[in-house]
Amino acid sequence: MLHRIGLIIATLVWTAVPTTAEVVSNFKLDNGMEVVVLEDHRAPVVVHMVWYRVGAADEPAGRSGIAHFLEHLLFKGTDTIASGEFSEVVSANGGSDNAFTSWDYTAYYQRVASDRLELMMTMESDRMRNLRLSEADVLTERDVILEERNQRTDSDPGALFSEQRRAAQYLNHPYAVPIIGWRHEMEQLSLDDALEFYQTYYAPNNAILIVAGDVTPDEVRVLAEKYYSPLAPTENLPDRLRPQEPPQLAERRIALEDARIGQPYVMRTYLAPERDSGDQTEAAALEMLAELLGGSSTTSVLAKKLQFDTQKAIYTSAFYSGTSLDDTTFGLVVVPNEGLSLIDAETALDAAVAEFMVEGVDSAQLERIKMQLRAAQIYGDDDVSSLARRYGQALTSGLTIEDVQAWPDILQSVTEEDVMAAARMVFDRQRAVTGLLSRPTATEETTQ
Amino acid sequence: MIRLTLILVWWFALAFGARAAVEITEVTSPGGIKAWLVEEHSIPFAALEIRFQGGASLDAPGKRGATNLMMALVEEGAGDMDAREFAAAREALAADFSFGTFNDSISVSARFLTENRDDSMALLRAALMVPNFDDASVERVRRQVISGIRSDAQDPNSIASAAFDLTAFGDHPYGSDLSGTLESVTALTRADILEAQARTMTRDRLFVGAVGDITPEELGVLLDHLLGELPEEGAPFPERAEFLLDGGLTVVPFDTPQSVAVFGHAGIKRDDPDFFAAYVMNQILGGGGFSSRLTTEVREKRGLTYGINTYLVPMDYTELYMGRVASANERMAETIKVIRSEREKMADLGVGEKELRDAITYLTGAYPLRFDGNGPIADILVGMQIQGLGIDYIKTRNEKVEAVTADDIARVAARLLDPDALHFVIVGQPVDVDASN
Repeated sequence: MLHRIGLIIATLVWTAVPTTAEVVSNFKLDNGMEVVVLEDHRAPVVVHMVWYRVGAADEPAGRSGIAHFLEHLLFKGTDTIASGEFSEVVSANGGSDNAFTSWDYTAYYQRVASDRLELMMTMESDRMRNLRLSEADVLTERDVILEERNQRTDSDPGALFSEQRRAAQYLNHPYAVPIIGWRHEMEQLSLDDALEFYQTYYAPNNAILIVAGDVTPDEVRVLAEKYYSPLAPTENLPDRLRPQEPPQLAERRIALEDARIGQPYVMRTYLAPERDSGDQTEAAALEMLAELLGGSSTTSVLAKKLQFDTQKAIYTSAFYSGTSLDDTTFGLVVVPNEGLSLIDAETALDAAVAEFMVEGVDSAQLERIKMQLRAAQIYGDDDVSSLARRYGQALTSGLTIEDVQAWPDILQSVTEEDVMAAARMVFDRQRAVTGLLSRPTATEETTQ
Repeated sequence: MIRLTLILVWWFALAFGARAAVEITEVTSPGGIKAWLVEEHSIPFAALEIRFQGGASLDAPGKRGATNLMMALVEEGAGDMDAREFAAAREALAADFSFGTFNDSISVSARFLTENRDDSMALLRAALMVPNFDDASVERVRRQVISGIRSDAQDPNSIASAAFDLTAFGDHPYGSDLSGTLESVTALTRADILEAQARTMTRDRLFVGAVGDITPEELGVLLDHLLGELPEEGAPFPERAEFLLDGGLTVVPFDTPQSVAVFGHAGIKRDDPDFFAAYVMNQILGGGGFSSRLTTEVREKRGLTYGINTYLVPMDYTELYMGRVASANERMAETIKVIRSEREKMADLGVGEKELRDAITYLTGAYPLRFDGNGPIADILVGMQIQGLGIDYIKTRNEKVEAVTADDIARVAARLLDPDALHFVIVGQPVDVDASN
């Protein structure tokens, strides 16, 4: 059987898959705003996005959540748009809009018929510099973000666990602080906090415009010069120099018990290097390592050792998020089968990884992963919105368009030796947090 | 010049969906299998969406969860391949298969490169025609399903839905979660799984949509090979589900800082003459986006929630009008008050002309944006066939939305929004909330 699979793979050489490389153009406005255009003329639709190079990790100490809070407040009024009108206008033009905040970026987008692009630029450029906030707006919207925290974090033990784990992972870097904010600090966020953050960071020289879809670079240039060029840049825009991690010398362990847990699990994360501009090879090796260990629920190393060869786990996974401005994490997850304790599950996970370190990479598996990544490029051409998102994340995380375009080839060139070297580098328990999430034993007895 | 081009393009968008040419061809294979196809040759892959009407509602008595477990096992080995060999073969072809279980249907979705089409379909055919359902796989996947059931039992949203469905539909399959219970799933045998496949995966309830780099002739051959040898006939379809839930309020105590509410009552059939009026009315009251009355009143003005929405649920054997919201325990009572008051306002006063026009512009403009990729379009093609909509529906759908008047909405709002029938199920520790709310 294995031979037959080997034969199938042998017929699929790299050249067998023609890639239809995306059409990307970029330019810069005089005020420092970067512009990226991704063309896809199959449908008369555009995605209009503005990405700011500011996120939760750029917040002043004690004001956690302000980046995300401000994202909500951008939907309040300007001199020309009343509170709430922004989304009403987008809707009334048949479009959808939203925004999202991460540690490294804040982004706003609308998806509309391509002839509505100018209207979107009118409104988006307006709220970059002309936001008008009232005390009442701020107080009501603060209740909304507290309900958001209730819904997405405090009602979800897995999210609370993740929040605590991150706080333990980063000793000094603000990645330790949740994007939504710590509740006690969110409750104190004020109009002044929001405005100060806004005036500093919401400026053309801190923003990237991405337009993707049925539009040409010339059309975008004309509109961008009309609407975004007049905006004043922020003088002395602060450099993005966040406090960096010191050497991590002590392994950390956390245990969270919550009566609302239906399925206990173990998660371990290791501090790991991110993709750096012009230097993405180690990150590519880590990406392949995550795929090899836990990318497939059936064929990856952890699934094989813990779900098939033995029945210790119900689910296993490995993950690595390389697109990040500063040090990121590499993670492993094991959800134990009934009857196996979390400690035993952790031991089994460690044993599986230790075996992998001895056995090395299965070359057929590595080749299958590369084949799927090549196919993902073709499938990706069908979804220009997610392509736009990929560029936005990269460009706000210290990478360039060239880095984004080089990434697929760098992934293809990762060798088995690269993967093992990356594994030896990253699997250092001194830089790791091991988290155990479970139900309290006593509660289990009383509620059953 | 540029402006002229853009205007022309917009006209195409309204007329034909986002792709300037969502041209659907009805294909009948040599073996008699019908499918709707949209050819799109610019990217070398295709998406195939296969659906069998019936789904988890065809679980045999006492075998709740059998269809769901069966569909979770289809990909776990077939013919001479075990689960891992099957997955490795699929990965080597870079094909994606996914299998879904719903109340009214089961689905098979595939995405494959043109160059690997034959090998990908041979693999999928093995999964559908000769799945192993071997003991080791059954036990492994059963544990995953049971783990999911345990997690749902602790999740406020799942608890709320389960409580609403049980009281609304009792013993009908709609009254219980399609995953089954710990007891029912634990008891399922290999014979039950084979039986579930025989009941659900048959040609008499088959619908197919295909989009991408494939011609009608190629699709015909593919379908006969892939599906031609399926059994002809499956289990009889279920009875209509009687809606048993009266108006009122049920609290399910759960220790969490924020209450979750699911609320609703009977809805409106997809083929009711007033369906589109109800659809537009719902958009204004509590539909998607940030502009609905409920979002404005509950979230924007009062900060009572992060999200509230309402939605029509036309199912095959019943229809519901539902909504969902989460508020802090101390604030849920006020949230309920606002929801009731907005519903009454809509039932009594209907909508204004500008509000109506904005909603119609949104819905008609948003419709073409759904056609954003081969997979999503294939999914729409199948949905249209199952609902019995014509092959020209995409071209006529926006006209139906545009025809809705304020009078239509006043009529359907008075009919649909019955304050005495409205039932809230709240999971949490809501303060000052009781049946009188």
